[in-house]
Amino acid sequence: MKVALFVPCYIDAFFPEVGIATLELLERVGCTVDYPLDQTCCGQPMANSGCHADARDTEALFASNFAGYEHIVTPSGSCAHHVRDQLTAIEQTPAVQAVRSNTRELIEFLHDVVGVREFPWAEFPHKVGLHIGCATLRRLREASTSEIREPAFSKPARLLGAVKGIEIVRPERVDECCGFGGTFSLDEEPVSAKMGRDKVADHLAAGAEYIVSPDMSCLMHQRGCAERAELPLKFLHIAQVLNGTAR
Amino acid sequence: MSRVDHAEASSRFIKAKDHAEFHDKRLWDLRRKRDGETQALPEWEELRSLASAIKEHTLSHLGDYLEEFERNASANGMVVHWARDAAEHNQVVHEILESHGVTTLVKSKSMLTDECEMRPYLENRGIEIVETDLGERIQQLDDEPPSHIVVPAVHKLRADVAEVFGRTIGTDAANSDVAYLAESQRRHTRPYYLKAQAGMTGANFAIAETGSFVVCTNEGNADLGANLPDLHIASIGIEKLLPRIEHLGVFVRMLSRSALGSPITQITSHFRAPRPGTAIHVVLVDNGRSERLGMDDFWTSLKCIRCGACMNTCPVYRRSGGLSYGSTYSGPIGVIIDPTFNLRKYSSLPFASTLNGSCTSVCPVKIDIHAQIYKWRQIIAERHQLPMVKKEAMRVAGKILASPKLYRAAVEAAAAGLEKLPRALVYNPFNAWGRQREVPAAPPQTFRQWYLKNRKGARR
Repeated sequence: MKVALFVPCYIDAFFPEVGIATLELLERVGCTVDYPLDQTCCGQPMANSGCHADARDTEALFASNFAGYEHIVTPSGSCAHHVRDQLTAIEQTPAVQAVRSNTRELIEFLHDVVGVREFPWAEFPHKVGLHIGCATLRRLREASTSEIREPAFSKPARLLGAVKGIEIVRPERVDECCGFGGTFSLDEEPVSAKMGRDKVADHLAAGAEYIVSPDMSCLMHQRGCAERAELPLKFLHIAQVLNGTAR
Repeated sequence: MSRVDHAEASSRFIKAKDHAEFHDKRLWDLRRKRDGETQALPEWEELRSLASAIKEHTLSHLGDYLEEFERNASANGMVVHWARDAAEHNQVVHEILESHGVTTLVKSKSMLTDECEMRPYLENRGIEIVETDLGERIQQLDDEPPSHIVVPAVHKLRADVAEVFGRTIGTDAANSDVAYLAESQRRHTRPYYLKAQAGMTGANFAIAETGSFVVCTNEGNADLGANLPDLHIASIGIEKLLPRIEHLGVFVRMLSRSALGSPITQITSHFRAPRPGTAIHVVLVDNGRSERLGMDDFWTSLKCIRCGACMNTCPVYRRSGGLSYGSTYSGPIGVIIDPTFNLRKYSSLPFASTLNGSCTSVCPVKIDIHAQIYKWRQIIAERHQLPMVKKEAMRVAGKILASPKLYRAAVEAAAAGLEKLPRALVYNPFNAWGRQREVPAAPPQTFRQWYLKNRKGARR
């Protein structure tokens, strides 16, 4: 299966190892991966700030970079959500609509499209707190939420649970937002940092050694909070665990 | 009117550690209890859909139902008034009170009268007003607005209440025993029920078919206020209408479960007609609701039944307190209706959200709150109400991210630069990220640089 890989700007710049793990993981499960070299960002930072006019050219660039691919995969739930549900600053041509509907977050692509259930190459004998970002959880609906009365399910937990040796621990406020929220983390720094501290403390209290997530931007924020508080927590993108990069 | 600075206010809120911790825990506890109640009802999600559909139908035929309500309420012997806005509402209420020679009014909880700023209006005209809901009374005595639409004094600790009562009703300010405080307040307030010539309530629901209205409370204060004096005034927002009495059950089942995590309010009173020799006046208030009803993106905010579930679940509200929103309505529901009152004043509020969407998921009438917050941000940007710094940052970001060349230069320089900067330059008060968080370490190369070295060649 041929896929185009979208590596969000903050992963490209700060967490190349997450992009690498994603690429290798996709190759392991039998995908041929293209990485369009002119990619930058999906436009979410501007659009989430209300600045649709400023998002327009970035969205247009995204759409042209990924035009024609049947599968566009990204290791970031909020970017996948933006592309699929909110990339509306540009004209909605059939090509743009196809790019939008063909975009998947990595876990939903592995779970729903490829149908991977086993990761025999991976092993992670650690206690892990799973953080599912709010866009991944409530917009992409990769897991059931504590607010809705529905049967419990979790695609990230199901895949992570298949890794040898892993133990998933459950924080008390299992799906409360960690307070990243894109530019919210700067606009509303006091509340954002408080939410981040509360989130990592909740995971620590549940016994987590690692916080693992399909959402690296949440982890960037949580890691920043944990490091400042000198908490003994480590942070990994879910691709790093599923790929067996981290052990 | 100056802009509300939510971030600044929340910073002060968080600094009061004991208060902030209590506030978050108390409201999370309500959210948890709400989860327990909703998980116990197999039909919960069905009820939400039904409630939403009933409200949307009613709002789409609001004019008809309002007239039906007026006809039936009048036939029942109630007097119905119409108020276009807050000023007209206050005037109408004052005229009713004046014509009945009222000098003291006991009133139960009503967000609408706060929205209309009725209390100062009437007090300036010589009318004594006593809030009888415990939380509202605490807030009145402390000369502060309510911070939550269901639990108005939730931001106060017991010791704060003891201090307020000590200062205002003569209790022992050092005694923060709950039973003592509640009993003292009761003794202080009870005589007003007998003294008052009028009682005022809001309404949770008004039924077109029966011309009756329903008040849901937990303390019994509304019923004393409505029944002891000979005059009862009810201020009702026009969005409170329900078509038929059979629809009421859906909402009564959801209201308190959503609000407090209890199956039902202690008291659910139906007011249909005045007792012989007494009068009930109903004031139907618009105050911007018709205009909101005409807004394609925001009209469904009128479905709100004021349960406060969105506030209890909101991680930002719980950590910033209701007063930080600088408006009658705070939390997620406040964020989406406050800008309809004053876009400039409340332009920071839609940014006081991570767009996590928990509010939408708990809303018993399925208002897509997070989507409306997102939409307000666009309107605020289009109407040039963004702070200059943010506007400029987004303009520059938009330029860089639209150009592969500029983008590559920026990320590669930023990564390389960060490494070399002294810590004091990265972690300073002007860098909001670094104030309480570490900045990620710069990697030796970007993903793209790695890709070009390790994968390129073979592919396009």
